[in-house]
Amino acid sequence: MRSGLLARFAGPDALAAALTALRDEGYARLDAYTPCPDEAVDAALGGPPSPLARFVLAGGLSGAGLAYLVLWWTQAVDYPLNIGGRPAHAPLAYVPLVFEGAVLCASLTAFVGFLLLCGLPRLWHPLFEVSLFERASIDGWLLAVDDRDPRFDDEQTTARLQALGAEAVVEVAP
Amino acid sequence: MSEGTPPLLIGRWTDASLTDALLEPTRRRPRVLTVLLGVTGLGTLMLFAAIGWTFLAGIGTWGNNIPVGWGFAIINFVWWIGIGHAGTFISAVLLLFEQPWRNSLNRLAEAMTLFAVVQAGLFPVLHLGRPWFAYWLVPYPSTMEVWPQFMSVLTWDAGAVTTYLIVSVLFWYLGLLPDLASARDAATTRFRRRAYGLFALGWRGSVRHWRHQRRAQLLLAGLATPLVLSVHSIVSMDFATAKLSGWHSTIFPPYFVAGAIFSGFAMVLTLVVPLRRLFHWERFITARHLDLVAKMTLAMGLLVAYSYAAELFVAWYSGVPAERHLFFDTRPLGPYGWLYWAQMTCNVAAPQLLWFRAVRRRPWALFVLSIVFNIGMWLERFVLIVTSQHRDFLPSSWDLYVPSLIDGALFFGSLSFFAFLMLLFLRVVPPVAIAETKEILHERGTDA
Repeated sequence: MRSGLLARFAGPDALAAALTALRDEGYARLDAYTPCPDEAVDAALGGPPSPLARFVLAGGLSGAGLAYLVLWWTQAVDYPLNIGGRPAHAPLAYVPLVFEGAVLCASLTAFVGFLLLCGLPRLWHPLFEVSLFERASIDGWLLAVDDRDPRFDDEQTTARLQALGAEAVVEVAP
Repeated sequence: MSEGTPPLLIGRWTDASLTDALLEPTRRRPRVLTVLLGVTGLGTLMLFAAIGWTFLAGIGTWGNNIPVGWGFAIINFVWWIGIGHAGTFISAVLLLFEQPWRNSLNRLAEAMTLFAVVQAGLFPVLHLGRPWFAYWLVPYPSTMEVWPQFMSVLTWDAGAVTTYLIVSVLFWYLGLLPDLASARDAATTRFRRRAYGLFALGWRGSVRHWRHQRRAQLLLAGLATPLVLSVHSIVSMDFATAKLSGWHSTIFPPYFVAGAIFSGFAMVLTLVVPLRRLFHWERFITARHLDLVAKMTLAMGLLVAYSYAAELFVAWYSGVPAERHLFFDTRPLGPYGWLYWAQMTCNVAAPQLLWFRAVRRRPWALFVLSIVFNIGMWLERFVLIVTSQHRDFLPSSWDLYVPSLIDGALFFGSLSFFAFLMLLFLRVVPPVAIAETKEILHERGTDA
């Protein structure tokens, strides 16, 4: 969310109830900010699950492939060493490093993918200018309505949020 | 939860008071820790002096000789990397098994892992003799037109330890981001706000952020679990692929992993017991946490004892004279016999005390035992590495191994450096995971 309204609720239950009510009324561009993950809030907000697993699978497979390629090229093609007649292309002896390559690339994909999906690092955000947001990571159970939401109306939405039990409602300017 | 099980979180908490209490160590600095920081800082200087001397004069300054080519450096390497296993075990394996008690221990255990792996990494690099060529282990197109020999376990080792270090850092930082944001938002000075803000990368705690963060954590846990088992397995292959009595054994990978997790849990107890007292963490790291860690330590200790028994049985059953001589003569009765018996006392006999609830419920008893286990695990590596080499197949080449002063300076220096890094960590990073403890609060309420 870049601009719109930000409302504080007493706790996860009130926040989840408000999210459910607003979604039932047709609000589509909602977000919630919580100090710790909460299943009820997550379910109330809805939306697709994180697609990270697919990226990580691809990252892991590429890592394994890359490691195998390096091992095969260096040991069997570019500079094969004859050690007691043992085969230069020895897939079984490549297992440990192929595994390490897979785990390394999959983990890097998981971390970088997480940052990209969250749009981080982003050291400044309009929300950081709002005093209500200052305690978001400490004890703020916050609900945000984006002003691009088709149902958004400054006064009506504020009134609705207050009716749903918001302790405070403030405007976020871009 | 059954009646009488002690809780995981004690007291009446709100999100705010919990955040405040968990950020306390980054604000209040007990004088004893500042003094310790100075002392371990001096120890760290000693480590770097010893490293400098090794760089200048070479590893001839160490006690290594022929036949004992692997001495303190490899003992310390295996010991430290073993200690570095508990962090990932607590964070990753217990996350996959959805054990809520990991939540208040994971941050500290992960930091311990990182710093232990840093110590471990020093030793094989120094042992190269010409450490400035360590980058030769990496396959890069060089003007020499040769490649590292990837059929050698030693190159697997380099790959496994490096991967483990990188994955551990990522896992640790991923879990830390929300807490750095809490530290940013609770900061009292502009400098702290900026510094924490920079490392929090702009974390906002949106439900969508949490969704990706949790998924990433789960995936990293799934990746780190086989990784943690692979690292010490590969380390054990350094020995198992050598045709030396006492090393050439198929039981090594699981035996090493069990020993690693045993020593790691012991180190967790060594660190947690005094810190919990000092910072009054008894309400988040409760008697139940210590009890569960002690039970895990006992389980791993039993696996270690089983491995010792299996080793002895195979040595006897193989009928190989050199194997039998090593296991039934050199180790228990040879010149290092007293170390062997000390190892058995520390690693086989002492853990049996953990069967008693009275011991598991006494933090200081656990603290003393954890130090006994760590000494025992170091002795295990000494016995394993030195006794196998000092009397090999040819009696004419038998010799004794005596560590040098530089060896001692490197070992105690690495202990200091480890403690130094832990103390620095305590000063700047929230050492108990805040968001995860809040989750316990919301899922189970107070007195959960």
